[in-house]
Amino acid sequence: MNRTVSVFAWFVVGLLGVAAIVVIAVHRGEPINALWLVVAATCCYALGYRFYSKFIAARILALDSLRATPAERLENGRDFLVTNKWVVFGHHFAAIAGPGPLVGPVLAAQFGYLPGTLWVLAGAVFAGCVQDFVILLFSVRRDGKSLTEMAKEEIGRVGGFVAYTAVIAILLILLGVAALIVVNALKDSPWGTFTIAMTIPIALLMGLYLRRIRPGKVLEVSVLGFVLVLLAIWGGRWASLNPYMAQTFTLQGATLAKLIIVYGFAASALPVWLLLAPRDYLSTFVKLGTIGLLGIGIVVLHPTLHMPALTRFVDGSGPVFAGKIFPFAFITIACGAISGFHSLISSGTTPKLIARETETRMVGYGAMMAESAVAVMAIIAACVLQPGVYFAINSPAGVVGQTATAATATISSWGFPVTAADMQALAHAVGEQTLFNRTGGAPAFAVGMAHIFSQSLGGATVMALWYHFAVMFEALFILTILDAGTRVARFMIQDALGHIYKPLGRTSWYPSTLATSALVVGAWGFFLWQGVKDPLGGINSLWPLFGIANQLLATVALCVATTIIIKMHRTRYAAVTLVPLAWLVAVTFTASWHKIFDPSPRVGFLAQARALETGLASSATGRLIFNNRLDAVLTAVLVGMVTLVLIESLRQWFRVLSGREEARVKETPFVMTRLAEERG
Amino acid sequence: MNRILEALRTVRAILREIFDESAYERFLSRRQMASSPTAYAAFRQEFEEAKTRRPKCC
Repeated sequence: MNRTVSVFAWFVVGLLGVAAIVVIAVHRGEPINALWLVVAATCCYALGYRFYSKFIAARILALDSLRATPAERLENGRDFLVTNKWVVFGHHFAAIAGPGPLVGPVLAAQFGYLPGTLWVLAGAVFAGCVQDFVILLFSVRRDGKSLTEMAKEEIGRVGGFVAYTAVIAILLILLGVAALIVVNALKDSPWGTFTIAMTIPIALLMGLYLRRIRPGKVLEVSVLGFVLVLLAIWGGRWASLNPYMAQTFTLQGATLAKLIIVYGFAASALPVWLLLAPRDYLSTFVKLGTIGLLGIGIVVLHPTLHMPALTRFVDGSGPVFAGKIFPFAFITIACGAISGFHSLISSGTTPKLIARETETRMVGYGAMMAESAVAVMAIIAACVLQPGVYFAINSPAGVVGQTATAATATISSWGFPVTAADMQALAHAVGEQTLFNRTGGAPAFAVGMAHIFSQSLGGATVMALWYHFAVMFEALFILTILDAGTRVARFMIQDALGHIYKPLGRTSWYPSTLATSALVVGAWGFFLWQGVKDPLGGINSLWPLFGIANQLLATVALCVATTIIIKMHRTRYAAVTLVPLAWLVAVTFTASWHKIFDPSPRVGFLAQARALETGLASSATGRLIFNNRLDAVLTAVLVGMVTLVLIESLRQWFRVLSGREEARVKETPFVMTRLAEERG
Repeated sequence: MNRILEALRTVRAILREIFDESAYERFLSRRQMASSPTAYAAFRQEFEEAKTRRPKCC
């Protein structure tokens, strides 16, 4: 009876999911309710988790609850620690969920709501969740080894080197793009800049409270900090209305970029933990709260999507970023569908906390599903806006025109009517001077979120507060990533340099710290400066570059996973990682080809350099030409390195499958768990 | 009711782990120290380098 009920229930879930996907796929002409996306996503995740992840767990990975994990065998109370599975899930989700699943889907909404939604759902269920799950399990079976170590052991030295280089490249490009998003969100915005500036004294206050008044009570002080941040948002309104304060906090993009570069260097090189650690906690608190709040808001208020299913920009002429739907939709949305960066988390802290192998399914596959759900929320937040408004916010002046009249005329001529008066009224409602050319995704997401909440919670009168809350959330979180990412990159470079000259590897040796900090900040600062000065808004060049680098790392992770699956004698099921790998190779290599060689100056780096050479020269022309050529070379180098990993992997597979080499995985030998009896 | 309480306890445990409160408690128990400004400073010193080496995703 129970089995009959279960089969019937899953049949209903399947039917509901198919119905929702059919509705969102074939619906044309009229606005659609966001609830259809929510239903489609819920059903896809439920089916994917119940059936696909279970199939992988049973048939390929053969999860063994009797096998002791490194958390149990190597428990030291610090890195290795047997931890409740829900706690590990929360920890893992907090580490993988950054601004990526919010920004990428907002940018990709220029193609309409359909491509992003389908990619987020299919990409997560068949690729992203699979990658996170298998890499986590393989790391657990290797004492929590990192992806680079596993690549070195299972594929060869080339694999390890490429994974290491790809990680550094991704970090640097990501930090540059992330900083650019903050600059674009805060430029000419005294309210936003004031609020973010106020988080510095708030964090210092939290730091003092933690150290002197209530040591270690982080949750308590985070709640206090959150209340103070809400007051700072409220105070931002006053700052924007006060002539002196408004003038002080109204900063241009270049000024903000310089401030962020100086801040990044100080955060990496100086002992400023009184500021950084509390702000890290504060941003995590705000992030979890905002994601939860947005999820509840969307389900309860189920807003209407005004963006069409598909826009005319699938042909590659989009104003937000140039390039056809294939491959650019699939590199623009990385986190949310599949992100190579996740494989670093899955082979970092998380495998050292897992109590039993069977829990890797919930943590690896499940947490990625949760991140994918965040991406669906971002699509909804972007698509509740009128398309004309969405394009006015996200299009650079170099594409739509320098003035409000020119921009609205251009956007309206595409079939997305918007007027300068509409935009002025919206800017006024959210407390900004203008919302034109606010590229980067963050302001559009903030307007969408404010739009959703202002429909019921407080009405239009508090729309400005919601908008600035969302901007503050994104900027605060990105700044945290900037200082944490700069330090991670610095440590990685110091580790490598330590092999050449030992003192360079010592993190306590100040000359090395200063030099490597300057190197890292200089590298991402270069990308940031390039973005700020780019007439096309920067995002057009940098976000695809980041997407390509991230997906190339996923390619390396899937190469490692496929190699291990073949060595485990599970070749008949290798398609589980081989198909996503083939897809990513197709996507990233095509995208790289376009970004380097496409004849359109808006797409190809080299074409843009040529166009600049033949066009009207200005003082910045030489630098822009150099930037484009450098981006082309960087893309080519990344693709070249991943090609080496692919060739090396293919050679391994051929040797193992043809019997020329013994299939031997580098797993830690089986040890019976001591937790088995007490845990059943 | 019990299930709700258990769920709330789990949420609290997740938050305490994310916000390093549990790590601080483990540190105190390992070093057999009582919570104090000195103990917290020692914890941060031991914990921070390891923590800053962990990448956070985009």
